[in-house]
Amino acid sequence: MTTSERSRSVLRFASPQYFYPLAGKLAPWFAALAVVLTLAGLWLGFFVAPTDATQGEVYRVIFIHVPAAWMSMFIYLVMAFWSAVGLVMNTRLSFVMSQALAPTGAIFCFLALWTGALWGKPTWGAYWVWDARLTSQLLLLFLYFGFIALTRAIEDPRRADRAGAIIALVGAVNVPIIYFSVNWWNTLHQGASVSLTKAPSMAATMLAGMLVMAIAAWMYTIAVVLWRVRPMILERERHTEWVGTVLEKELQAVAANKGGRA
Amino acid sequence: MLSTFLAVLRRDLLLAWRGRADVLVTLAFFVIVVCLFPFGVGAEPNQLRAIAPGVLWVAALLACLLSLHRLFAQDYADGTLEQLLLSREPAAVWVMAKVLAFWLSTGLPVIAVAPAMALLLDLEQGGLSVLVLSLTLGTPILTLLGAVGAALTLGLRGGGMLLALLVLPLFVPVLIFGAGAVEAEVSGSGALAHLLLLGGGLAGAVALAPWACAAALRISTE
Repeated sequence: MTTSERSRSVLRFASPQYFYPLAGKLAPWFAALAVVLTLAGLWLGFFVAPTDATQGEVYRVIFIHVPAAWMSMFIYLVMAFWSAVGLVMNTRLSFVMSQALAPTGAIFCFLALWTGALWGKPTWGAYWVWDARLTSQLLLLFLYFGFIALTRAIEDPRRADRAGAIIALVGAVNVPIIYFSVNWWNTLHQGASVSLTKAPSMAATMLAGMLVMAIAAWMYTIAVVLWRVRPMILERERHTEWVGTVLEKELQAVAANKGGRA
Repeated sequence: MLSTFLAVLRRDLLLAWRGRADVLVTLAFFVIVVCLFPFGVGAEPNQLRAIAPGVLWVAALLACLLSLHRLFAQDYADGTLEQLLLSREPAAVWVMAKVLAFWLSTGLPVIAVAPAMALLLDLEQGGLSVLVLSLTLGTPILTLLGAVGAALTLGLRGGGMLLALLVLPLFVPVLIFGAGAVEAEVSGSGALAHLLLLGGGLAGAVALAPWACAAALRISTE
């Protein structure tokens, strides 16, 4: 591959130098999409979708709960994917991506648990039951905490990247095992749980609202991760020439802005 | 390859034997944790009998966890680990030997006193053999998974707490099947399924964990 070919290839965005401006350009678009879709989804969920026959108004928490739960599981997979790519291809940006994803995943995980508790109180009569789904979601939150704590505790970024990648992969291998074991444990104990899968089929507007909210959660995640990646790149590449020019340009822009206002 | 394995195994067992106090501390910890439960939940025999499998397993799990940081710390501090990594022998082989030696010196004593502790909690006689069997299959998995965590947190500030945060969620399946095996045996439904799953988990852990652990050690000593 010649130099000119490489500079035209999509793969050039694997380099932090090229990804930094791209992330800056894309993030506002995804954020705008997230806002629009969230508003549309909430409108569908709160005003259009009918009241549930058995659960009443309480069921409307699913428009936040279900997308958050989906997202928390999916983000862990994406994290493990970037970790694997980073370990195999030795690309610095992959590790940055997986570390930028972790806080968002943890937040979605917590949000799913929290909204689940709020839904559980009126429906099951308890904020928490040791249901298989709830328990594995809680363990997923602990896996996120472990990953975040480990990558923050190691000062050398090279070691932090790789150590985090290994624990993310070990976690990803274990997630199905944990889910299976917790399911097994739950069926043996016969907890006082209600199965969601046995619920009557959803109205089309309910499903639409949930899907729109799920896509909004995707857009939000992408926007936030792109924003979080940018300062991380600058911090890691601060010794390079291109970061110097980028910072100088931004400084000039800020100065010009101030001058214009004065 | 086998000679490397045996040499590392012999060396680590010898070191463990010379520092017997550490092993005894782990054992004392296990015994005391089990003894705490009657104080906490009351000495009602029926209640103790009901929670006995879980209590014994959690105590064994914690004893294993608290000793884990010793697995590589000494070798890391005196440079042995670096020399081992520099050697031509495959890292997974001597990692496996170290893990086995560690399990023999910390897991095995805990398993040996577990039936005595089970009697304190009035566990049924029939459950004792399954308890020993499930611990024999389960604690090596804990040690193998824990070894990966210990390798990743090597030489970090507050490594002990971090290690607990990293590996405890991964220990949950082992705890479920281990304690479940004893409970199933006592309740009369048979522990075979639980024990087979534990055995499968052990086979998987033996196959995968030494490699992950070796990779983690390389990263930590770079």
